[in-house]
Amino acid sequence: MAYDKFNILNSSAVPLNIDNVDTDQIIPARFLKATERKGFGENLFKDWRYNSDGTTIDSFPLNNKVYSGKILIAGKNFGCGSSREHAVWAIYDYGFRAVVSSFFADIFKNNCLNIGVLPVQVSEEFLVDIFSQIDLNSKSSFEVNLEIQEFKIIETGKSEKFNISSYKKSNMSNGFDDIDYLINKKEEISKFANNSPN
Amino acid sequence: MAKTLFDKVWDSHVIEKIKDGPDVLFIDRHFIHEVTSPVAFVGLKNRGLKVMFPDKTFATADHNTPTINQHLPIKDKLSAMQVKTLEKNCIEHGIDFWGLGHNKNGIVHVIGPENGITQPGLTIVCGDSHTSTHGAFGAIAFGIGTSEVEMVLACQSIMQQKPLKMRINIDGSLNSHVTPKDVAIYIISRLSSSGATGYFVEYSGEVFKNMSMEGRMTVCNLSIEMGARGGMIAPDEKTFEYIKGREYAPKGEEWENALSYWKSLKTDNDAIFDKEFNFNASDIEPMITYGTNPGMAIPISKSIPGSGSDSESSYQKALDYMEFKEGEMMIGKKIDYVFLGSCTNGRIEDFRTFASLIKGRRKSDNVDAWLVPGSHKVLKSIKDEGILDILTDSGFQLREPGCSACLAMNDDKIPKGKYAVSTTNRNFEGRQGPGARTLLASPLVAAATAITGKITDPREII
Ligand code: SF4
Repeated sequence: MAYDKFNILNSSAVPLNIDNVDTDQIIPARFLKATERKGFGENLFKDWRYNSDGTTIDSFPLNNKVYSGKILIAGKNFGCGSSREHAVWAIYDYGFRAVVSSFFADIFKNNCLNIGVLPVQVSEEFLVDIFSQIDLNSKSSFEVNLEIQEFKIIETGKSEKFNISSYKKSNMSNGFDDIDYLINKKEEISKFANNSPN
Repeated sequence: MAKTLFDKVWDSHVIEKIKDGPDVLFIDRHFIHEVTSPVAFVGLKNRGLKVMFPDKTFATADHNTPTINQHLPIKDKLSAMQVKTLEKNCIEHGIDFWGLGHNKNGIVHVIGPENGITQPGLTIVCGDSHTSTHGAFGAIAFGIGTSEVEMVLACQSIMQQKPLKMRINIDGSLNSHVTPKDVAIYIISRLSSSGATGYFVEYSGEVFKNMSMEGRMTVCNLSIEMGARGGMIAPDEKTFEYIKGREYAPKGEEWENALSYWKSLKTDNDAIFDKEFNFNASDIEPMITYGTNPGMAIPISKSIPGSGSDSESSYQKALDYMEFKEGEMMIGKKIDYVFLGSCTNGRIEDFRTFASLIKGRRKSDNVDAWLVPGSHKVLKSIKDEGILDILTDSGFQLREPGCSACLAMNDDKIPKGKYAVSTTNRNFEGRQGPGARTLLASPLVAAATAITGKITDPREII
């Protein structure tokens, strides 16, 4: 499924200053029963957003009205655990287009890139700066510039470069996905399969 | 150039190397299940594609299936719909489907090896992170997301950056009552839950050489819990012995050819790893987790340590969730549930181990015990070997195969606030049900705890 093109994103951000957030928290397993990719945003961080009686947990950043925006800023080792792509679908559905952390789990990062959510990995120090900036002013804005691979705190002008392979970068900025690429390789793949003993 | 086992298998599957991009990697075996495949099939349909190699694709229903009364229709409408959708997709695309009631049905990572589908030197993927299990055979096996499931269905390939390489070596011999699960949890506790992120791990040394195939599967299964892409162990006589004669194993001349290839699958002497760790077998004790990720683990006889490398707030959040305090002893804490099962510890050896300890004893009345075999074949062996009688005599009941309370997608949920000693792989908040508190441990610790009703060191049961 091709997705929205990503170039420059200017937005305020929602802070989630917790380490090791696993995909079971991002979307609990009981919400994985759909057979279509629809409606996952509602259940994003379900058990951290709502009590078991359905009442809202106001202290959770996603429920705190002072925070908004298309960027999620998260503690280190974000997205560990299960390979469920539903976690990224939920993040996307909810309205986020970029996730910033000092460290991402591998499968999660791949899943992000495959559906058009940009994972921005910054240094631990810069992550602290970002969280402090949001503490100072919850409406602070940030710029994610994919072309020059840079994340910037607008108010302070502080910025940091981030890594992305040129292949994935071109995919993200054109809204292409890997299947678009692989389909054109089918002949080669068939040949490879014929020569393989397995 | 000298190569590692991982290099040998990876490099022989690369169709194309994209400059400053991923490798196009050919996939030999693809396992699918009801939860992470439906959207991939929708994607295929939208693009007007068919499955490229249905005979390299294997399907089972395991994640959200009930573990009692499997002969009846699934009550939960959404679960029933997912299983039905998988069946429909399999029929449409000519894929073998081992659904409920099928004699080869079971947890995806249990049925692959036991049917001989998992073999050395293969690339194996599945939309499930514990696909790393299959690395026990010297295969490259890892979990993928649904977009990648779609890629493999459509093109039998995925696009992945080659990971870095790590070797974890453990020499010496294990202490009594120390199981492969303890070895794995020990490693994770030393490396942390993200210590191997970006790496593919090879396990080497006497401990793994001496370990059974099922033990190796437990270790490789848990590789993902320290962030690794996967883990693998070089194949040896034990591996070949295990595979020989299984339904999907090569036969006759093919077997001989395969064998000579499999024997070449080991790391060259002077091959270089990006990172290496060495541990001593004698340092490992029976382990248990106390927090909300598998890295938060200690020897069962020790008390809860301080925050370590995690931030103070994340550490405190975990302890608050568990209602534990720094410095408390784990032994003696009252437990409400014991769960034996999952792709980590739901194989026949795990049931043998569990049974060996409870034999001639009684289950504690204050514990609910859920014993869930990993597959129908495991269930059959439990019956054939007389283990079922031992379990029943001690007051235990057996359920039907599936993932069950490992991820609580079906009805098997640990209630809010309750404590479960579980042989599974994740102690995340709510993993075994909203508000459930999970303590990961080996089948022996689970058995000892089921007998006494509180966390018990299996070495104390004599
Ligand atoms: S048993 Fe648990 S970890 Fe294993 S495949 Fe099932 S849900 Fe995943």
